[in-house]
Amino acid sequence: MKGTVLILGASSAIARATAAAFASRGYGLYLAGRDEEELARDAADLAIRHQVPVATGRFDAEAFAQHPAFIEQVVEASGELAGVVVAFGYLGEQSRAVHDWDETLAIIQRNYTGAVSLLNLCANRMEQAGTGFIVGIASVAGDRGRQSNYTYGSAKGAFALYLQGLRNRLAPAGVRVLTVKPGFVDTGMTFGLPGMFLVASPRYVGERIARAVERGRDVLYVPWFWRYIMLIITHIPERIFKRLKL
Amino acid sequence: MNRLTENLSGWGRYPVAQCGLLRPERHKGLGGLSAEGGIARGQGRSYGDAALNQDGAVLLTERLNRLSAFDSERGTVTAESGLTLRELLDVVVPRGWFPLVTPGTGYVSLGGCIAADVHGKNHHHDGAFSRSVLEFELFDADGAVRTCSPDVQSEAFNATMGGMGLTGVIGDVTLQLRPVETAWIQAQHAPARDLEQALTFLQDNEHDARYSVAWIDLQSRGRALGRSVVMTGEHAVRDALPAAHRADPLQLKLRGERNVPLDMPGWLLNPLTIRAFNALYYRLEGRKTSPFIVGYDKFFYPLDALGHWNRLYGKRGFVQYQCVVPLEQAHETLRQLLDALAASGHAAFLGVLKRLGAASAGQLAFSMPGYTLALDLPFGGAATLELLQRFDEIVLAHGGRVYLAKDARLSAESFRQMYPRYDEWLAVKQTLDPQGRFSSSLSRRLGIGEPS
Ligand SMILES: Cc1cc2nc3c(=O)[nH]c(=O)nc-3n(C[C@H](O)[C@H](O)[C@H](O)COP(=O)(O)OP(=O)(O)OC[C@H]3O[C@@H](n4cnc5c(N)ncnc54)[C@H](O)[C@@H]3O)c2cc1C
Ligand SMILES: NC(=O)c1ccc[n+]([C@@H]2O[C@H](COP(=O)([O-])OP(=O)(O)OC[C@H]3O[C@@H](n4cnc5c(N)ncnc54)[C@H](OP(=O)(O)O)[C@@H]3O)[C@@H](O)[C@H]2O)c1
Repeated sequence: MKGTVLILGASSAIARATAAAFASRGYGLYLAGRDEEELARDAADLAIRHQVPVATGRFDAEAFAQHPAFIEQVVEASGELAGVVVAFGYLGEQSRAVHDWDETLAIIQRNYTGAVSLLNLCANRMEQAGTGFIVGIASVAGDRGRQSNYTYGSAKGAFALYLQGLRNRLAPAGVRVLTVKPGFVDTGMTFGLPGMFLVASPRYVGERIARAVERGRDVLYVPWFWRYIMLIITHIPERIFKRLKL
Repeated sequence: MNRLTENLSGWGRYPVAQCGLLRPERHKGLGGLSAEGGIARGQGRSYGDAALNQDGAVLLTERLNRLSAFDSERGTVTAESGLTLRELLDVVVPRGWFPLVTPGTGYVSLGGCIAADVHGKNHHHDGAFSRSVLEFELFDADGAVRTCSPDVQSEAFNATMGGMGLTGVIGDVTLQLRPVETAWIQAQHAPARDLEQALTFLQDNEHDARYSVAWIDLQSRGRALGRSVVMTGEHAVRDALPAAHRADPLQLKLRGERNVPLDMPGWLLNPLTIRAFNALYYRLEGRKTSPFIVGYDKFFYPLDALGHWNRLYGKRGFVQYQCVVPLEQAHETLRQLLDALAASGHAAFLGVLKRLGAASAGQLAFSMPGYTLALDLPFGGAATLELLQRFDEIVLAHGGRVYLAKDARLSAESFRQMYPRYDEWLAVKQTLDPQGRFSSSLSRRLGIGEPS
């Protein structure tokens, strides 16, 4: 076995597929999330299909005070981590966030501060061990602020910047950091939403993530063409962009 | 749960219905129909409108495909109803197990296999899918979960096996598997010069095997009517394999799938091309008269190698007519059906004949001892419907029935005549779903759920 990968937010469809991609490469897994019944199902499935050890545990991205103990518990159960994947996230409703501070805070904490709190802990351990990889699932929505989802976008954008800094810090220690920027993915988050196009399957995204880790990539747009779509979008001059209905 | 409104059809792409899709990602989401009702849908491999619900909710099970237990000593496996047979095979074959019963495609869900109580090429020996089901969970109309088995909640168990999703949504399923030594099949073909000989081959011990099926050349006429290639097979033992496969007998190199990328033009499958194909097929396949070793995927799922093959029929879609006719007078009934087909001038692309054994316990289950005939016909509007109506008359006159998993056009009246245990089924349905929340385009067309 190649060591254990901690999946944070393991019940999301993208996380499930990413976990499967790592398991098929011989990694053990620690699946963490809030819905323990679901985690138990995921764990049984991955263990049967891939014949690797799979443990589960509960955490809440917003319960910052409990994060240190949680990471201790993970390491105790599964040993020092080979890798960690931050997959949890929350799209929320922009129209609600405008008036509702709780919604705004939930979006920020579940996409950004919660991830920072947990990754700080993992990064320190990995830096000390001199090995490991960190995967953060940000979003193309973090590449430019748009009226329809800028609270989510700003949290994802901040997360991407954090990952960039972390990569810079950990490079000398031999710890790799991968920033993943998915376009539209066919999950519970997006199912039935209007305006979806070029939707990728979670399975494809999970495979690509594991491959990018194997190849030591830094930033992964997935599917690949989103790199170019976002290149164009980020180059629209602000004076024009601000008038667009996006 | 978000809802996606979409135009949906079954595998035959006729008819099309506008449905509100729900797609739970978590197990308890399978109870998502209890409030407003609707119908479950697995892989949409039923041909007609069984998994459609015009202007209503359709709950997709595709994301609930997890295995939760596999006992490799006893060969039992538990998984969510959205798991496909193909995924199951990937897990269990390398460990020496095989489903007791499999239909002709691996792209079906366990839920769909139960709801249609599907049969395989071994029905005459091993019965239908229900025979392999030890237990399942049923989310009923109140969102309550019942565990059903032949001993516990046996009425709900039987009414659900073949109940076309109308008793509730199936959750976890526990199956008994069959031990196999290899992933290979020892197969053999025998050309049968006419219908009579095909029927003989399908039942005599000399030609029969655990798995058997006859492919009918539907273009043959007159004395050659029903000319067939009878294809049989057994799970190959290790010693029967060529040396190259013997070291790792449970490993198959599965072929990649090719796809039909677009709708083909409607004229592609015309009487001329269909005739040419059938003649060629008869010659090539009829030649394989000595035993040969073939991977399980090629033997059971020849059509799965071509993804979206239903697009070959173009936008108009196609219908499959599948009926079973009782053993007595089977030859006469089948001859009448083939004659009616020939007389109609319709070109059917594919014809398959299978022997069926004992009936299942499900009151709406399809199987009965006899022969089942399946015909694929390009959908040609009223003329096609008339022909199939004519088929219904022949089948009814001889005590047979039409398979609901393939059906898109049967009448409510014929349904009642073909399924004489409907009242028994209805009594159970009324206890599980008194308000009739579970309904589909098929159930409304056939009046399933209504008092007789
Ligand atoms: C190429 C091909 C070959 C085939 N060969 C055979 C064969 O040899 N023998 C045979 O018997 N059939 C055969 N079939 C038919 C197929 O096996 C059945 O139609 C089967 O039901 C399809 O499963 P599905 O998951 O696609 O179900 P769907 O088509 O999605 O649904 C079929 C029915 O099952 C119900 N259902 C699905 N999931 C659930 C659930 N979780 N809970 C409750 N109800 C549910 C639906 O409501 C619907 O009534 C074949 C089909 C194709 C396309
Ligand atoms: N789908 C897309 O198109 C898309 C595009 C770009 C980026 N992404 C990102 O990809 C990631 C996976 O998304 P998905 O589409 O698979 O979404 P999803 O199914 O909605 O998954 C979101 C996950 O986040 C977890 N979560 C939410 N709040 C949490 C909290 N406070 N503590 C712990 N876990 C929490 C949820 O777990 P529980 O509810 O079980 O606790 C759930 O597993 C997310 O970060 C998302 O932002 C998605």
